[in-house]
Amino acid sequence: MSEIQISPDEPLWQWGPVLVNRTLVFTWIVMLVLTIVSWILTRRLQTVPSQQTDQDDPNAQPACRKSSLLSGAQNLLEVMVSGLRTQIREISEDDPDPFLGFVGTIFLFLATANLLAIVPGFQVPTASLSTSAALATCVFVAVPMYGIRRKGFFDYLKQYRQPSIFMLPFNIIGELSRTLALAVRLYGNMMSGTVIAAILLGFVPLFVPVLMQLFGLLTGMIQAYIFSVLAMVYIASATRVQN
Amino acid sequence: MDQQTLLAVASIVTAGLTISIGSIGPALGEGRALAQALAAIAQQPDEANTITRTLFVGLAMVESTAIYCFVVAMILLFANPYMNS
Repeated sequence: MSEIQISPDEPLWQWGPVLVNRTLVFTWIVMLVLTIVSWILTRRLQTVPSQQTDQDDPNAQPACRKSSLLSGAQNLLEVMVSGLRTQIREISEDDPDPFLGFVGTIFLFLATANLLAIVPGFQVPTASLSTSAALATCVFVAVPMYGIRRKGFFDYLKQYRQPSIFMLPFNIIGELSRTLALAVRLYGNMMSGTVIAAILLGFVPLFVPVLMQLFGLLTGMIQAYIFSVLAMVYIASATRVQN
Repeated sequence: MDQQTLLAVASIVTAGLTISIGSIGPALGEGRALAQALAAIAQQPDEANTITRTLFVGLAMVESTAIYCFVVAMILLFANPYMNS
């Protein structure tokens, strides 16, 4: 049982002070996958359905109908982006555009990283505390940035003494502890999937680990959703202007 | 029994206690939340989207207490800082 690692942060390759571990490698793989796939999908975007065949020729009708549709890749992208925008608008009750870049990137990264767990040999980078702590730190930094950009520096700081000045330490503690909770929640959920699969392999090696892996896919998707929704909720509570 | 063995016994027993006691509260809470959400969806099926979204977020926040216990149990078992083995 002692070979169970609760962290994929074992050094993989070392060259002087440069140390590369599995988490780093697989994070870069996820980033490469996201970049290459989006580069391929966004090469031929179109704002109007294209109709390159002339309308006069009645024989060209089927081809014309076919080419007047949007490409499948663009449909997929539009579904994803508009879904993200709807979710952000429902949470923030505001224009989703300023938040789409940050929250959407977090969601896409986490969803890709957690779903790639079905690829054999792929070690989920979010099952390392380093990755989830880094993402939670991004949220921790992004919340005051959005708040200050929306309300101004002093108006943003004023909300820390709501409802009274005695709440100041508790507001600060709340800010820190929810960052910790964000990091540990993602890490714990993803790590528990790996550890439970490893433990089950020890005594029921047939079928049951597969079921747990399927369940792990669901958990990974829900965790990606929850992480981005919570980031959006925190940002929305910092940017909301009280009337 | 030397000190290391005592430490191992204490760690294993504590890990079991942590995960068992720590999962009672979230289990009760999640059951209540799920029952309430099902009742709400049965009453207002039109609001199912909002209810489901809030339910998932709420369940994740309730569940995180159990996850903290799990992380502590895992640290006690596999990454105990006081064990030098």
